[in-house]
Amino acid sequence: MKIAVLVKQVPATDKVKIDEKTGTMVRSGFDAELNPLDMYAVEEAVRIKENFSNGATVVAISMGPPSAKDVLKDAISMGCDEAYLVSDRVFAGSDTLATSYVLSAALRKFGPFDIIFAGERATDGETGQIGPQVAARLGIPAITYVSSVKEISQHRITVERLVEMGKETIQAELPALLTVVKEINEPRVPDLAGKIRASVSNIPVIGAESLNIDVKKVGLNGSPTRVIKVFYPKLSRNGKIIAAKNVHFAVKELINFLKEKSII
Amino acid sequence: MRNNKSGFNGVWILAENRQNGVSPVSYELIAWGREIADALETDLTAVILGEKLKGRLNSLIEYGADSVVAVESPHLAFDLSDIHSNVLEFLVRKYRPEVFIASATTYGRTVMPILSAKLETGLTADCTSLSIEKDTRLLLQTRPAIGGNVMATIKTPFTKPQMATVRPKSKKPLKPSKSRYGKVVFEKIPQRFLQSRMKLVKFEQNENSDKPLQEADIVVAGGKGLKNAKNFLMLFKLADLLGGVVGASRQAVDMGWISYPHQVGLSGKTVTPRLYFAAGISGAVQHIAGMSSSKYIVAINKDPEANIFKIADFGIVGDLFEVLPILIKELEKERDKSE
Repeated sequence: MKIAVLVKQVPATDKVKIDEKTGTMVRSGFDAELNPLDMYAVEEAVRIKENFSNGATVVAISMGPPSAKDVLKDAISMGCDEAYLVSDRVFAGSDTLATSYVLSAALRKFGPFDIIFAGERATDGETGQIGPQVAARLGIPAITYVSSVKEISQHRITVERLVEMGKETIQAELPALLTVVKEINEPRVPDLAGKIRASVSNIPVIGAESLNIDVKKVGLNGSPTRVIKVFYPKLSRNGKIIAAKNVHFAVKELINFLKEKSII
Repeated sequence: MRNNKSGFNGVWILAENRQNGVSPVSYELIAWGREIADALETDLTAVILGEKLKGRLNSLIEYGADSVVAVESPHLAFDLSDIHSNVLEFLVRKYRPEVFIASATTYGRTVMPILSAKLETGLTADCTSLSIEKDTRLLLQTRPAIGGNVMATIKTPFTKPQMATVRPKSKKPLKPSKSRYGKVVFEKIPQRFLQSRMKLVKFEQNENSDKPLQEADIVVAGGKGLKNAKNFLMLFKLADLLGGVVGASRQAVDMGWISYPHQVGLSGKTVTPRLYFAAGISGAVQHIAGMSSSKYIVAINKDPEANIFKIADFGIVGDLFEVLPILIKELEKERDKSE
């Protein structure tokens, strides 16, 4: 069995705080990390490798700038066998449609894969679109919001997925693409052997030429969506904050607030 | 699909069919669609797929759609992403709408990306606002990114349909009118589009789930300050009195006090309720990302420096174990008064 995990490098979220003056969020420093939800995807892929009786190979793939090698090393330290960075200047500015085009070409090159894992969304763009778009391009089923993998055989997978009204159990033929939510597992902390493996690992960089793709369909020019304006919303509200020295009084004030806003 | 001479016309919304009828988020979507269709001076069509639809589609017209395109088949009983996207692709290629929007629900956020890749057109996720650019007639799609730190306005200039998913609760439904009239068309779909490589084996409905978190008007959320699972009962009581549902911070979920479907924030759900009530939540950036666009935010926290107070409209600095019982008692009094 061959498993792929799609991972992304994102800005570290805990470095962000609300600026006192402007009321907007500001990022301090340029720290980057493996997208948190992708850790769950890597973990699940590695667990399947460890538990699947016929064995499996896990390949991590990321599209991004050269610095994204770091998150692929993280994936190797957690147990992935191979990792490839898909990186090329012509990819810069790709939207989700163009990105899914490039990633599906990479998956064809290094595949075929029986299962492809991805995090449900990344913490920067938060679109959650890459997984289903890649599945569509490869012509395989997309199962999103997966919270548990129940059963795997050579040709079939049974999973649970979380939807608004409850939990579905879905059976799909392989190959299939799964996007995972954090309930699925508890990602491991890489052990020393894993860290050593990561540090000595060689991560090939794959450019547009070796992917056999139409460069008109990638990068900013190949992307159907265009960002035309960016603005920074003010998050702070200068609300009324009172101390509960007299709890009954504070609660009365709160009730008044709720009434004023016609909430009660 | 490239924009060519034969053109694209009309605005479509993807309505959602649930066991007990059309999902309420569909009516919010119709309100968005109505605004866009009026700006473009074109028609608004609601598209819906499901097993048993007859008799439940008039509401789509009453809430503002001009017509309905429905596909009814036992194969569409469940939201299997491959069949649903196949059928939608068939419909879009036949009718060629210029705009197609869906809710940013698990259904919309799965089916729409698949559809966009099949049609090779742009899709913008999780929009909180849509409008039409007058001179170009293009759809302006505004969405938050990086946990609400940044808002971006996006357009899809060269391909059609222009597609977007819209965050639930970003617009109020219009007032339904029984006197509105519109055509309901049941489309026949060739059998080959109705084959799936997936099947639904089981569905377990949420316990005590009158409303999914993202669709609730009021969310009462608890964090580390709640201290244990039992104390969450207080929040359920409070949510009950306010007519809301219970949310939680990542810490509370990680401690096992409440289950993951309740988690609000970057690795959980994004909510936009009328009231977000945060009890014992300090307001980590990852949490704020999931709730900062709430209409009103109320916070109770011991720490006057807690981040949550910066974004609160009303806050009480104090011990929630003192405040909440009194608040619950007072709300019960209010409720009894109005009965």
